[in-house]
Amino acid sequence: MTPRVIFPNKILPYLLVAPQLAITLVFFYWPAGQALYQSMLRQDPFGLKSRFVWFANFRKVLVDPAYLNSIKVTVVFSLATAIVAMGVALLLAVMAEKVVRGKGIYRTLMIWPYAVAPAIAGMLGLFLFNPSIGSLSYLLRRFGIAWDPLLNGTHAMILLVAAAAWKQISYNFLFFIAGLQAVPKTLIEAAAMDGASETKRFWTIVFPLLAPTTFFLLVVNTVYALFDTFGIVHAVTGGGPGKTTETLVYKVYNDGFVNLILGDSAAQSVILMIIVIALTAIQFRYVERRVHYG
Amino acid sequence: MRKPLVKATQEGMKSMSIIKHGLAAFAAGTLGVALALPAAAAPVKFDFWFGLSGDLARVVDTLCKNFNASQSDYEVVCTSQGNYDATLQNTIAAFRAGKQPTVVQVYDVGTATMMLSGAYYPADKLMEENGYKIDYSDYFPGIARYYATSKGEMLSFPFNSSTALMYWNKDAFAKIGKTEAPKTWEEVGADLQAMKDAGYECPMAINISANESWQLMEQFSAIHNQPIATKSNGYDGLDARLAVNKTKFVQYVGDLKKWYDAGLIKIKSKDLGQDMVQAFASGTCQVILTSVGDHGTVGKTHKEGMNWDVAELPVYAGTERKNSLVGGASLWVLSGKPAEEYKGAAAFLNFIHDPKTALFWSTNTGYIPVAKSGFDYMKSNGFYDKAPYKGRETAIASLTASEPTEITRGIRLGNFTQIRAEFGTQMQAIFANKVSVQDGLDTLVKNGDAILDRFQQTYPNKTLP
Repeated sequence: MTPRVIFPNKILPYLLVAPQLAITLVFFYWPAGQALYQSMLRQDPFGLKSRFVWFANFRKVLVDPAYLNSIKVTVVFSLATAIVAMGVALLLAVMAEKVVRGKGIYRTLMIWPYAVAPAIAGMLGLFLFNPSIGSLSYLLRRFGIAWDPLLNGTHAMILLVAAAAWKQISYNFLFFIAGLQAVPKTLIEAAAMDGASETKRFWTIVFPLLAPTTFFLLVVNTVYALFDTFGIVHAVTGGGPGKTTETLVYKVYNDGFVNLILGDSAAQSVILMIIVIALTAIQFRYVERRVHYG
Repeated sequence: MRKPLVKATQEGMKSMSIIKHGLAAFAAGTLGVALALPAAAAPVKFDFWFGLSGDLARVVDTLCKNFNASQSDYEVVCTSQGNYDATLQNTIAAFRAGKQPTVVQVYDVGTATMMLSGAYYPADKLMEENGYKIDYSDYFPGIARYYATSKGEMLSFPFNSSTALMYWNKDAFAKIGKTEAPKTWEEVGADLQAMKDAGYECPMAINISANESWQLMEQFSAIHNQPIATKSNGYDGLDARLAVNKTKFVQYVGDLKKWYDAGLIKIKSKDLGQDMVQAFASGTCQVILTSVGDHGTVGKTHKEGMNWDVAELPVYAGTERKNSLVGGASLWVLSGKPAEEYKGAAAFLNFIHDPKTALFWSTNTGYIPVAKSGFDYMKSNGFYDKAPYKGRETAIASLTASEPTEITRGIRLGNFTQIRAEFGTQMQAIFANKVSVQDGLDTLVKNGDAILDRFQQTYPNKTLP
């Protein structure tokens, strides 16, 4: 008897995907629906009375200077984190490829930080850069920089980007290493014989061939910087000083759970959801076209 | 590849459920034994959530143990939520889920939020229904009026009360030839300069986060009889709006900033590795403004041989000193709980009101007794003459410096937590030279008013009780 490739049972396939569907429904559609509904309510903190106010919360949020500031903060933070994390990772990956002996040890050491939880990464950064006891701030002061992330917004942002990017570098490194290994040696050798310098070889052969990896990492890093950095912000700056590091996600938390303005917080989540959908659509539609998949 | 994985997981779950069942059976067994043994019914359990942590949380735990040991009908389960903000936030989240504690500690500035919430069971009504006679006139007027409604009803029970004091290092002041604490801010400015000239790195320490709104803005305003908001700081209506950008407070922030720029004041916070209290106790900084609640901590942790004392907060020259504000928290009983738990809550509140509990509480913390009976009991025991506690009566003197005025009876503003956060934000902007003092305080008022506006809109057609 030959094995059948389709299921004999009509219900079984549905049953098999049911857990996945259930998880999506419970953990995505349900809360998303709740957020949509909540974003049009004005409710007292204890949830005893609520009024349906249509889009009043959205109107309020979108003209709120604090929210507009938060958008600016998020753009700066996400771009800086993605650029730093990817740039450093690429550099390290290219260098690690050149290592002849002990490649494995180098790689393992580079990948390690990825296992660190975001909040802990933040705390590490906080300790290193702590104005009074941090070893790095001691060095900075030796060079005449008045390092003070607790009062200086720019310093706080640098600290945050450093902590967020540091953690992501190892992840990017891993993918760049894999990408680099997929670059055909023959191409590089041929270019070398044609007299192309090392820099030239990198930018004209290696970098374009890495494009799919780079694109993938761009998506992942942006999403990471946008949504997965809550723990770092919470541990390092708490959005301060003076809201200079309050990202969109942190503001949702702050308004919803600290300030207990659930309507505004829900409206912000919905806006965030729209931003993510738009961002992903743009990335796949426009950026991906230029990617050479080799 | 897939199938074995699924199987393994299933097996894993099976074994887990076996463990669970086993545990349940075990628990049922012990429960059965426990039920079979005593003849008396099991005590009614109820939850008490509080916002104190560290050393103070241990004192609360002992308090709870003492209550449970004092009778057998009720058992209070006390859980620290870490800090005041988290306690209120978690309580609200729990309330929305129908899992609220029976008794909760809510800090001073959460009072307006609680009063309008409709989520509480009035404490005075609770005590009366359960046959406890509480003499509300026994509370210090400054304390009672902070938490009472406009008609004088006590919806919650004052629990831990404190006020802000100036802690000063006697050794450092002796170096500049002074034996008394400065009484005016003008004097403070001169003394700080003198200490700086005498080689002290950090004459005074402050912090400028949301929390310090209490001593820097609220206490300062009360003592100088300056409004924080219109409508008697909010007691007379939800349409009250902030007023701190037009009062003496502006001058005060200006002076603090000036002293900070001149290196007379250093910022000390937990994030910097050392908070104000630690900086003072270690002798690093010579003056701090903080709660009398820290009196015990400084006493236990100060540097060997260091001489220090507390004094009332200074005023600007020519100011007639008013009473300072009571800080701390009160206990609220939440609605939606079964009757037996309310009986337990009433017994618990009655236990806390007892002068003997007040003595235990104040001895082990730095908090002051909230009722006169408690204070008298402690005084008759010679508490305030004993070495480690000496000086704490300064807090009572500060709280009772005058009869509470319309302005000094307290602050009754909705979502005041957020306004405090805004205070921190703007102070940081001012101290980082991003804005001028006046601009920063104007923004504080503007953003604070938006918060008050929103609170008013949340409760349309409602007035404060």
